[in-house]
Amino acid sequence: METLKFDLDTKPLREVNQFLHGDAGSLNGKKIVIENPNGAHNVAVGLKADVDVTIKGHAGYYAAGMNQVAKVTIEGSAGSGVAENMMSGVVHVKGFASNAAGATANGGLLIIDGDAGLRCGIALKGADIVVGGSVGSFSAFMAQAGNFVILGDAGEGLGDSIYEAKLFVRGTVKSLGADCEEKTMNAEDKQILADLLKKSGHADVSPDSFKQYGSARTLYHFHVDNAGAY
Amino acid sequence: MSDNNHKTPQTKPRYSATFDEYTNSEIRRAAATGIYDIRGAGSKRKLPHFDDLLFLGASVSRYPLEGYREKCGTDVVLGTRHAKKPIHLKTPVTIAGMSFGSLSGPAKESLGRGATAAGTSTTTGDGGMTQEERGHSTTLVYQYLPSRYGMNPDDLRKADAIELVIGQGAKPGGGGMLLGQKITARVAKMRCLPEGIDQRSSCRHPDWTGPDDLEIKIAELREITDWEKPIYVKIGATRPYFDVALAVKAGADVIVLDGMQGGTAATQEVFIEHVGIPILAAIRPAVKALQDLGVYRNGKDSVQLIVSGGIRNGADVAKAIALGADAVAIGTAALIALGDNDPHLEDEYQKLGTTAGAYDDWHEGKDPAGITTQDPELMKRVDPIKAGHRLANYIAVMTMEAQVVARACGKSHLHNLEPEDLVALTIEASAMAQVPLAGTSWIPGVSKF
Repeated sequence: METLKFDLDTKPLREVNQFLHGDAGSLNGKKIVIENPNGAHNVAVGLKADVDVTIKGHAGYYAAGMNQVAKVTIEGSAGSGVAENMMSGVVHVKGFASNAAGATANGGLLIIDGDAGLRCGIALKGADIVVGGSVGSFSAFMAQAGNFVILGDAGEGLGDSIYEAKLFVRGTVKSLGADCEEKTMNAEDKQILADLLKKSGHADVSPDSFKQYGSARTLYHFHVDNAGAY
Repeated sequence: MSDNNHKTPQTKPRYSATFDEYTNSEIRRAAATGIYDIRGAGSKRKLPHFDDLLFLGASVSRYPLEGYREKCGTDVVLGTRHAKKPIHLKTPVTIAGMSFGSLSGPAKESLGRGATAAGTSTTTGDGGMTQEERGHSTTLVYQYLPSRYGMNPDDLRKADAIELVIGQGAKPGGGGMLLGQKITARVAKMRCLPEGIDQRSSCRHPDWTGPDDLEIKIAELREITDWEKPIYVKIGATRPYFDVALAVKAGADVIVLDGMQGGTAATQEVFIEHVGIPILAAIRPAVKALQDLGVYRNGKDSVQLIVSGGIRNGADVAKAIALGADAVAIGTAALIALGDNDPHLEDEYQKLGTTAGAYDDWHEGKDPAGITTQDPELMKRVDPIKAGHRLANYIAVMTMEAQVVARACGKSHLHNLEPEDLVALTIEASAMAQVPLAGTSWIPGVSKF
């Protein structure tokens, strides 16, 4: 596989992103390494070709934002909004992720080896997220669809106003948000969890060690009797 | 001493100005239901507005242009500051963002057809871009909203401009609501929601919180679209000076400023009528912010200003531009041009407990005009070709009316109109628009009487 290297110390981010937005026919199958990101924002955003991008270090806000098809690995930590609105592909953060990781992501897989900050998976719309560590408060707020696996603990208000997303937590949950409740894990959901654990490098972890959470669906229709729950 | 030959005179029953008929009916409705009133449209109360301003036509001291012969330009360029491909429009009258979901597919198609025929832009809304809309709109602005319903990068790339929505005039600080009656299978699929539920839209963006984050978010949108597209930032009018300044600092190419008369698909009545300020009060502070930052009509570095909220005719267009706007946007007026609230449907409005001209329960999805509905039978009533034609006619009339006024003031382009061409009829309008009270040189808060 051909490998191309870009050094953000010497190459403007604009040129790197422009290259990565090139014709899929010429990019597909390429391996690209981005060195010295030094916390730069918007690295490898808007990718739409089958490329394998490795960011050698820490990335700033919105790394791999709106990703399609591509595989992006961040060999460091990621700032706010990593893989936000991802449509497909894989984004793997080997360190920690800041706030709003995977926000509104529609598809694909976001793997975070470390902890994630506040509002991880906010308004999730169908993507899968696996966090090796813990997640901050208000994670999965208004999460609509997709699967969200947390191997560590969850902060306050997990799954507040959640729709149809499925949450799997191995550790403790400080508190559940409005309309989020514990669910009984059925065989199909257990298989989803097992597959995600395998894909994210946690094949040795038993799905049986997780609890599942989802929507109680009591707030799906606005009713005055529920006003106190909002 | 009483006059036994005559009855004692009675005073006529006196209604309270405070507890008027509408107020009392709302108290009774609230008491019966236990829930606040939700409706569509913008503020309906009497507000200081463009009607409170007048143009000073040319006379001895100014030289007019010949009404039918001398050129008066109407074109506008939006997004010159950073975008490789700015928007060029023939008229400064644009179509405001309205969603597929709140509006029917044929209504959205009509807006696209009408805007295209008139040489202007139309705008998507919460819920994403439909193929009909993209296909029938030469210039389409793609709204990027807090909910991100239906948001995907392919549509972002298909757009001609991106409008990052922070708020709207009807409900600055509020999110949206689309009740289950309108969440049909297609709408639900586009928004990734269960069919038939009451859908809430967030009031805040999920992945940024303040102006410093906004700057990075705008940079992300530019990077994803390779710096080709103008990026608008839409604000509900509350603190226009500071909000515009921060949006410019964050990198906006265009500011869209929406006053409280601007419509919404559905929000609480209390929100619509009591949060935000009229567009008349918002334009001058917004322009001042642009001037103070050196981006007001300053060549390529300019940030353009689009204003909306109660624009109805060419006089409103000309007044908004004279106060400093580069363009305007219409929403409610465009729906009326398509056929909303038309008197020929009076019988059907009566059945819904309302009357033509007052119908605003757009969220219920029962619109007899087929515009604010997802009912497959009702929406057939909208003929996109005919409705689009009416909208194009209406925009053409507004544009011509604005030209009439501008020529009378001696201006060879609408953008040459200026505050000095205006006076105010009321002290309130004078203070808000910062133009003198008619017949005086007094501007409250600016000069002494």
